[in-house]
Amino acid sequence: MKNSLHLEMYRRMVRIRRFEAAAVDLLAKGELAGGLHTTPGQEGAIVGACVALREDDYMVGTHRSHGHPIGKGASLRGLMAELMARSTGVNRGKGGSMHLADFSVGSLGETSIVGSGLPIATGAALGAQMKGTDRVSLCFFGDGASSEGTFHESLNIAAIWKLPVVYFCENNLYAISTPARETVSVEHIAARAAGYDMPGHVVDGQDVLEVYEVVKSAVDRARSGGGPSLVEAKTYRFEEHAIGLNHLSYREHAEVEQWRKRDPIALFRDRLLDEGVISRGDLDKAEEDVGAEIGDAIEFARSSPDPDPAEAFDHVYATTLETGA
Amino acid sequence: MSMQPRSKPGPEVAKLNFLAALRDAMAEEMRRDADVFVMGEDLRQNLYGSSAGLLDEFGPVRVRDVPLAEAGVIGTAIGAAMVGMRPVVDITISPFLYPACDQIISIAAKSRYIYGGQTSVPIVLRASLFYNAGSAAQHSDRPYQFFLGVPGLKIVVPSDAASAKGLLKTAIRDDDPVLFFEDFNLWSTSVRCDHDDEADRTVPLGRAAVKREGADVTVVAVAASVGLSMKAAEKLGQEGISVEVIDPQTIQPLDEETIFRSVRKTGRIVAVDPAHRTGSFAGEVLARVTETAFASLKAAPRRVCTPDTHIPFAPVMEKGLYPSVESIVDAIRETVA
Repeated sequence: MKNSLHLEMYRRMVRIRRFEAAAVDLLAKGELAGGLHTTPGQEGAIVGACVALREDDYMVGTHRSHGHPIGKGASLRGLMAELMARSTGVNRGKGGSMHLADFSVGSLGETSIVGSGLPIATGAALGAQMKGTDRVSLCFFGDGASSEGTFHESLNIAAIWKLPVVYFCENNLYAISTPARETVSVEHIAARAAGYDMPGHVVDGQDVLEVYEVVKSAVDRARSGGGPSLVEAKTYRFEEHAIGLNHLSYREHAEVEQWRKRDPIALFRDRLLDEGVISRGDLDKAEEDVGAEIGDAIEFARSSPDPDPAEAFDHVYATTLETGA
Repeated sequence: MSMQPRSKPGPEVAKLNFLAALRDAMAEEMRRDADVFVMGEDLRQNLYGSSAGLLDEFGPVRVRDVPLAEAGVIGTAIGAAMVGMRPVVDITISPFLYPACDQIISIAAKSRYIYGGQTSVPIVLRASLFYNAGSAAQHSDRPYQFFLGVPGLKIVVPSDAASAKGLLKTAIRDDDPVLFFEDFNLWSTSVRCDHDDEADRTVPLGRAAVKREGADVTVVAVAASVGLSMKAAEKLGQEGISVEVIDPQTIQPLDEETIFRSVRKTGRIVAVDPAHRTGSFAGEVLARVTETAFASLKAAPRRVCTPDTHIPFAPVMEKGLYPSVESIVDAIRETVA
């Protein structure tokens, strides 16, 4: 086992968990505006997939947007400042929680219209291919998005053009409150790969190493010209769709508790310790470091200025036109 | 569906055909910049007449026929643009934009903004205005007005071959998403044009063209309505009514200063637009003129548009719905009565 890679995977998973816990706390204190869609339970799927990419590879995400850029290596300062609507936010206060993007680490943006990121990731792969680079593009999407037309159109386009893209489904079993078992025609979303003549894989999303191994092979295949793959991670959202949505009865308490026992962070920690790969001290130190990073990010955001209201008019166009003869 | 008329390279080099002009614009930009490529339905067969010879010159990697998947194709173009390519998508008939509206409105128009300036989306979406063609309600739309309320998009509606070529070249070089609407009624038209001199001519986006100067009435017209307005102006000129005709060329962002300057001179405005009247670009022009140059107005503003009914198949029902030389003449007369 590669000690440093595993420690980094652990650090990124904890970073996502702690970052979101801090965000929930800030929301309760009234320091955050808007909605907050959190990820607890899905960190293994996210980090396993992201770590299988190179830093210069592309990644597109979803409205459940915090984990993906963190997984891809984005700095927490800009992300936290964005959640807190500051001018130093990674989107300069224009995007907020559902639309985080950090192009400096290949994070091409999270989108809040379900399914809309799939063609974007496909296009980034086309651009990589046409420019003759060996970059790969990875698209996160959910079980709900697998019913959108853009999912099917994208997989078809990627297949006919052999694009270097990995479609990664975080199947957390519910589109808000609607069960995938009632709305998706197949038991495994990965089975839909067959319709597009590409490999489909089902992985245990609570096992970060399994996710990593499978996505890595799909990424390697894409990078070497083998074309696209579809990977489906079976995972679970421990919290509600968004913070503040409580008392929904679409899932049994026992089901939630069952999944909570398979917390991807706890499972990974136990495994690392059991196998003696990383010492308890090193894991504790990683958690402490992450705690300090989060504190620093919050402090950075709090001390950053609000955007000037006039900035609402910036970034509408890349090229402002001179009108008038 | 018949796609006549076709552009055909003719012996008259002094004339530039509309479709050939679009082809030339794309070819010249593809020669100039290796990141430019074209994708669309039936491009390789030149079905619509504006892609002749592109496959032979640039090959299948840069001239891509696409599956029938408008959202997927336009979204793919957007993603490619975000990583440095400059795709030109021929969506062909403009209602085919509708299945891709989420990609156009939520992604192409908003990505630069929502990601705080980290990216830009330099794509051109070419779409024809296939009206007055016996194609009935689903194929005949002139939908540029729907996109006027979407900041972040640039919208170009050329009125002749020469400006179409220069505008398309500029649109391809522009770093923002551009919707480029091509009037079917102009496809077979040509303008006198010296190819050698015009080869690299670009027309700036966001600048109106004063097609004819006049003192009594300002006419702002789009697409093929510009030519109709020029004929109306000529006719009324013989009666001593002096009409200024302005072609905005880019309707978003709009060169309103040129329009205001004209109205301050003439005191009268008629806006001509082959799209439906309600929510029209013509209505937007009149609103802005009324807000800004009200004191200059000597008569109520008029617009000549297509009435708010669907486009019927039967030519005898369809023909009279669009602006015509006669209806434009009538509207101008009303402002000077």
